[in-house]
Amino acid sequence: MTSKIYIPIDSTALSLGAEEVYRAILLESKNRNLEIEIVRNGSRGLFFLEPLVEVETNKGRLAYGPVDVSDVPSLFDSEFFLGKSHELSLGLTEEIDWLKKQERLTYARVGITDPIDIIDYEKYDGFKGLKNAIKLDPQLIVKEVTDSGLRGRGGAAFPTGIKWQTVLDTPSEKKYIVCNADEGDSGTYSDRMIMENDPFVLIEGMIIAGIAVGADKGYIYLRSEYPHALAVLNKAINIAKEKNYLGNNILGTNYNFELEVTRAAGAYICGEETSLLESLEGKRGMVRYKPPLPAIEGLYGKPTVVNNVISLATVPIIMDKGAAYYADFGVGRSKGTLPIQLAGNLKKTGLIEKAFGITLKELLYDFGGGSATGKPIKAVQVGGPLGAFLPEAQFDIPLDYEKFSEIKAVVGHGGIVAFDSSADMSKLARYSFEFCAIESCGKCTPCRIGSTRGMEVIDKIKSGKEQEKNIKLLRDLGDTMVDGSLCAMGGMTPFPVISALNFFPQDFGVEKKETSA
Amino acid sequence: MTLTEIQIKKIEQHVSAFKDTPGALLPLMHAIQDDLGYVPEDSYPIISKAYNLSIAEIHGFVTFYHHFRTHPVGKNILQVCRAESCQAMGGDEIEMYCKNTLGIDYHQTTDDNAITLEPIYCLGNCACSPAVMINDNVIGRVSKKKIDDIIQMTKEKS
Repeated sequence: MTSKIYIPIDSTALSLGAEEVYRAILLESKNRNLEIEIVRNGSRGLFFLEPLVEVETNKGRLAYGPVDVSDVPSLFDSEFFLGKSHELSLGLTEEIDWLKKQERLTYARVGITDPIDIIDYEKYDGFKGLKNAIKLDPQLIVKEVTDSGLRGRGGAAFPTGIKWQTVLDTPSEKKYIVCNADEGDSGTYSDRMIMENDPFVLIEGMIIAGIAVGADKGYIYLRSEYPHALAVLNKAINIAKEKNYLGNNILGTNYNFELEVTRAAGAYICGEETSLLESLEGKRGMVRYKPPLPAIEGLYGKPTVVNNVISLATVPIIMDKGAAYYADFGVGRSKGTLPIQLAGNLKKTGLIEKAFGITLKELLYDFGGGSATGKPIKAVQVGGPLGAFLPEAQFDIPLDYEKFSEIKAVVGHGGIVAFDSSADMSKLARYSFEFCAIESCGKCTPCRIGSTRGMEVIDKIKSGKEQEKNIKLLRDLGDTMVDGSLCAMGGMTPFPVISALNFFPQDFGVEKKETSA
Repeated sequence: MTLTEIQIKKIEQHVSAFKDTPGALLPLMHAIQDDLGYVPEDSYPIISKAYNLSIAEIHGFVTFYHHFRTHPVGKNILQVCRAESCQAMGGDEIEMYCKNTLGIDYHQTTDDNAITLEPIYCLGNCACSPAVMINDNVIGRVSKKKIDDIIQMTKEKS
């Protein structure tokens, strides 16, 4: 009997040696004359256990990990390929607590299937959403997405259905679907995981979006830092074309949809939708004024849906299982699930898809297992480099767009970066300004100049120079940036800076009372 | 640095390949850089003429994007992540170690032309910080030892 072994091809797994493990297992099986079929699957997102090797058995898939090349001979000695026990045995993959406690909707297939095997995709409910959608009037598709409560998962949390409705209602002979895959927020990797590990779900979501609003052309604007995702997406698009999911008369209907990937070029600001559109048009990624909204005048002045990867990749399950099914997850106005990405100084990092409402504490300690270094967790930054730093006193907060906004924090793209007690928050605050100075498009003065002045003011505070005066100046600068910038780059950079100052004044060399506004 | 005839020919081929592509500059610059290793400033007049753009517009475009370089680079590019998650896991030390070991700062190339050092802001490998990327390969949970291995590997290659 041939044994079936799964070895992930996700780039984080590869960054930990999955390719070397694959080669070693292949070689060892040849040397031992064993019949083994190896599937390169996506990663389950349990990165603390990667490279995670799985073996198919009649009870389900058994996991072994983290596997190092040096473990391969002993794995074969103990006949792991027959599902036998080894010191790296983790039991049934689906029963691993970390995974079992999740609610995987958007990521239902991630880690299970071979990312570019379209048959595998179809076998695990792939294209069911599209097949339902093509039978519906476009307005009913938009209604379904609206009713699901899905909000932009890129960070702005704008209701996806309302955006689609605007594009549907704007008459034009040409409309576009643009996928924002410029996942520049540090601490986030959920877009990358979808694109590398389940590219067809994104393609399916974009086709449905095209049908819903009347667009026949889509672009995936992909950050240049993701060469692996680029290769996977291009392969998947070609396969989808061959199978007539893309191209003319999709599945025998009158719908046409073309899709291509455009490589970005390393500008963080191009994750902002208007800047992204400028870049796609072959220009400098300068932020545009709004209005007009991209939904009315977007790419080349035409109505354009600009959605994040996760928003689009969530549409297929909504169209498959219905708006009510999806909306049933979550709390308040934060409906459905969020792919949370644990990063930074934590013992157990990885992707957790959970309904909104889970608290930071549960994520950091129950899932994350506390800090990697064993020191207390001092602060976390949620939602990327523009998100506020939260101290331990705020770890009880549930993940919920509105609850976060009440404390001037953002859920954003769901990335959580933890820092242990050795972190210097003033250094991180200074870095926020430095990052803004490097990445500002330069359009708004508060962002372009304020970011550099901000670094200088922090340096002055730290060196003890006229602290009271400079703290006041820093707060003023923050207000000017918030009020005087067109987009979130300048408008939110003060969030991490001011939160660091408010919660960790000692790191700036000042007493708590001196920092008050 | 003037361009060789082969380089000019390559640039012209890319320019004509994207002539009818909407938003051509982005894919064009990638094609040129992938092919030549950088976007030579001497390519601007060729692009300017073919696309009816001013040299200032092309210069403005190229210099806006961190990914594009206007100077040749070493045989390998080592990109060190400077973002928050990597900082939380000792990325600063890795950064310093790379600079000291190679004896160069960011945007510089070693004397033997083996490695160009570049900063990068997130590789999407934040679950396994600190991270670096050598050419197209991401390396997670980087230690000083791993940096030594990477440098050694590039030396053996060249």
